[in-house]
Amino acid sequence: MRQDDLYINKIDWVTICIYVVLVIIGWFNIYAAVYDEQFPKSIFDLSINSGQQLLRIGAAFLIILLIMVADYRVFDNLAWILYIAFLVLLIITPFIGKEVNGQILSIGFGSFRIQPSEFAKFTTALALAKYMERPSFDLSQMKHQFQALAIIMIPIILIMLQPDTGTAMVYFAFFIMLYREGMPQRYYVLALTFIAISLLALGIENNLYLVIGVGAVILILILMGKKKLSRIISFVLLGTVIVAYSYSLDYVVSKLPEHQQNRIMVLFNPDLDPLGAGWNVTQSKIAIGSGGFLGKGYLEGTQTKFDFVPEQHTDFIFCTLGEEFGWVGSSVVIILFCALLIRLVMLAERQKNRFSRVYGYCVISILFFHFMVNIAMTIGLFPVVGIPLPFFSYGGSSLWSFTILLFIFIKLDSHRIQLLGRMG
Amino acid sequence: MNDQRPITIIIAIILVGAVLLTKLFLIQVADDSFLKRAERNAIQRVVDHPYRGLVNDRKGNIMVYNNPIFDLMIIPKEFSVKDTTRFCEIFQISKEELIEGYTAARKYSYVKPSPLIKQISTSEFAKIQDYLIDYPGLFVMTRAVRSYPQPSAANALGYIGEISAAQLERDTLKYYRQGDYVGLSGIEGFYEKELRGVKGVKYKMVNVRGVDKGSFKSGEYDTASVAGHNLTSTIDLALQQYGEKLMEGKKGSVVAIEPKTGEILAIISAPSYDPNVLTGSKFGSNYLLLNRDESKPLFNRPIMAMYPPGSIFKIVQSLVGLQMGVLTPNTTYACNRSLVACHNHSSPVNLFGAIRNSCNPYYHQAYRAMINREVSSSTFKDTEIGLNAWREYVLKFGLGSPLGVDLFNEKGGSIPSSALYDRVYGPGRWKYSTIYSLSIGQGEMLVTPLQMANLAAIFANKGYYYVPHLVKAIDGDNRRIPEKYRTKMEVGVDAHHFDMVQDAMAEAIYGTAARAAIKDITIAGKTGTAQNPQGEDHSVFIAFAPKEDPKIAIAVYVENAGWGGRAAASTASLMIEKYIRGEVTRPSLEEYVLAGKFM
Repeated sequence: MRQDDLYINKIDWVTICIYVVLVIIGWFNIYAAVYDEQFPKSIFDLSINSGQQLLRIGAAFLIILLIMVADYRVFDNLAWILYIAFLVLLIITPFIGKEVNGQILSIGFGSFRIQPSEFAKFTTALALAKYMERPSFDLSQMKHQFQALAIIMIPIILIMLQPDTGTAMVYFAFFIMLYREGMPQRYYVLALTFIAISLLALGIENNLYLVIGVGAVILILILMGKKKLSRIISFVLLGTVIVAYSYSLDYVVSKLPEHQQNRIMVLFNPDLDPLGAGWNVTQSKIAIGSGGFLGKGYLEGTQTKFDFVPEQHTDFIFCTLGEEFGWVGSSVVIILFCALLIRLVMLAERQKNRFSRVYGYCVISILFFHFMVNIAMTIGLFPVVGIPLPFFSYGGSSLWSFTILLFIFIKLDSHRIQLLGRMG
Repeated sequence: MNDQRPITIIIAIILVGAVLLTKLFLIQVADDSFLKRAERNAIQRVVDHPYRGLVNDRKGNIMVYNNPIFDLMIIPKEFSVKDTTRFCEIFQISKEELIEGYTAARKYSYVKPSPLIKQISTSEFAKIQDYLIDYPGLFVMTRAVRSYPQPSAANALGYIGEISAAQLERDTLKYYRQGDYVGLSGIEGFYEKELRGVKGVKYKMVNVRGVDKGSFKSGEYDTASVAGHNLTSTIDLALQQYGEKLMEGKKGSVVAIEPKTGEILAIISAPSYDPNVLTGSKFGSNYLLLNRDESKPLFNRPIMAMYPPGSIFKIVQSLVGLQMGVLTPNTTYACNRSLVACHNHSSPVNLFGAIRNSCNPYYHQAYRAMINREVSSSTFKDTEIGLNAWREYVLKFGLGSPLGVDLFNEKGGSIPSSALYDRVYGPGRWKYSTIYSLSIGQGEMLVTPLQMANLAAIFANKGYYYVPHLVKAIDGDNRRIPEKYRTKMEVGVDAHHFDMVQDAMAEAIYGTAARAAIKDITIAGKTGTAQNPQGEDHSVFIAFAPKEDPKIAIAVYVENAGWGGRAAASTASLMIEKYIRGEVTRPSLEEYVLAGKFM
């Protein structure tokens, strides 16, 4: 058997099929989002977003071809160089980039613009994989934990400076990969407890209830265990810290800029300000909610078409789907995403070397986070953060970066036999 | 080493998917409030107002039509004007009005249209039409208002106006909305359901800024408006106008009826007004002016004014007497002026002579014979029984209650019963001497001019009538008018009794109303004088003609014009000639009536 046949045969076509289906559904949705019944234009018309997106989809296929024909070792070898190159781009973006709405996110010439923060996702993933590939790497060691964290934190800080909180948040998704790679479980328990207490502190209007609740839990814990003084003292201290934290959180929130405060409050009660801070969520929920079971039909949506939902072709593209295809359509897409993610977990687990597996889990982490947060925000389960829905949202940078991210992994996966040899 | 961790991650993925699907199910399937909010967002319900039905006269002349008027609308976002002075010149508004209008529109919405100049007439519109293209952000919206080519029959046609709160309350079918126009009086009011048509609804989609984005689902749910039915009025517009001309400067009524059908040929209430003033934007202020006018132009005299019938009632008395068998053509009474005053004529008289000479003492005695039939030994009781029996005959002549013409607020007049006198004098405390003035149509007796015209029709028809009405066909179909206008009403007096009465009425013309006589047309008529305690008596005349084959029955009231033979008979005679001949051959009589200012 020739080597070429070997590698073509190893390509995971299931993943590719799901990818293609998602991209096509996404493209039809972009057309629906910008469709104007009074001046209907062809889906291929380059003067509208769907035509533009088709060009970008074409470019994405070119990128896929490039990745597939490239030597699989190039990603391993160039990991650090790419990581550093994009860090440099992130640093210079605020100086040479174009300002839109107070953010400087993209660089480029004329109409060709890219967002370095989108591409830095896969370079960071490669760097993490490269770094963690070392045989001596052990996540139970504090030193290694910090080093891995540093690789993640540098792009986060640089992106925060643009400022683009939403995209920066995405990089925290790498903790999913770190979890798989053996990061101690207690960090996650601690973090989840912390998030839960934060949500309770913000969600419950009167902190007194929280104090009573925490006090009751602590009391039960004390009574249930051994009644040693040191144990009692540590529990009381813990309770005090939690209460102090929730009060200080309220104080910090009250010092935040108003629009960020509103975003947090609207999460708990979107009807608080339906025409102001709650507008996006309210309208997005109306659009999706009005879709019903089977939806209004393709191109028949009124809420997205008539601009009731802002950012309807980018971050809120899911609204068009929800309105026109209803619960059935939404379910199909959600199931497709879940299937893709689970398939990727299976692929990652069959990798024989750590580089590929770590990279695979990085892909899973990023896609999972985007999918979860983007859809959750359109239905009011999460505050509005401006991050796109993978393969759906309009825009070149996001489509290309997700494509590159995914297909490097498919490429690596198809060479898993050779990579095993290399590991030896 | 970490075998359970990939499983944990897969569980987390499935969990997140399940949470999203559940939440989506909750808002998409379990909760339909979002659908309603979406419709409120994007779908606007626009009522498509139907064209109101037209009204023609009996010969097909247009009486009421819909006239387009134009509202000049402005969209502030698109509006721009370079030369304000020129703009103001073309559109005939002052700079202040322009600024005020623009500011108000701007305040309402930057992108939605608001009216800049309201209710531009067709002729004014013609002047600005060509310039509109030079000014972006301006367009016209067409609406329809009622219009009347001839300023005639105002009270009969009525007017339309904005629906009142009380009417909205009564509209249990919820057809109307606040701000809708409805017929408030006249034919417009009575035939509102026929005229209004059926409203249509258009569902329009609007975007987040309220800008029109076309029809919803290509108009699948839209319904077209259906224009109202056209009415054919019984009115002869030419006759109506002629009557109005004759009544100019006078107070009173003229009602002309086609006896064979009950169709009202002319119904004149003087003084009247031009119906065109109660349309469009001027409605409010003009209505107030008319309402305050001391001559009461909005008071529809033919159906709302009530007068004692006077001498004309003697014909009814004659017929009732004949039918009861109390009188025969040969019954003779002396003209005993000690009972009641009379004119100079030979005495004694028979019934024919009594009608011809309008002899008061004859009817005083004849009426006593009708009332006191000696069925009871008590004079009081006898009178009571007699009065109520007599009243039954009289009511059949369409007196004492509204006839049921197709207009609102018709009054019924009054034919007193024993109950009335019991109330006034106490039971058993009144007798014939209390009520004798009824014998000559005076006293506690009231009729409307419409009822009087109907009496003329009954005399012409020898004992029957059709309820007078103003609409003879709906969409050209005369079977669609209410049943009661097609039902023959018998008055219960044998036809042969009318022969002598008709002859006497024809003779009477030469006695009391010689002016009314027309060469070659036999008129049967009767003068009357309705006593007016406030001033000069009202002049009354009823007639029908030609006697051999009656084509027109008419009642004329001219208020404060004195004895009926003068103003009323002349007017009736001219109307009859106008209707039968189509022209009037007696210019001197016409001049006399036109010049007579009896007010």
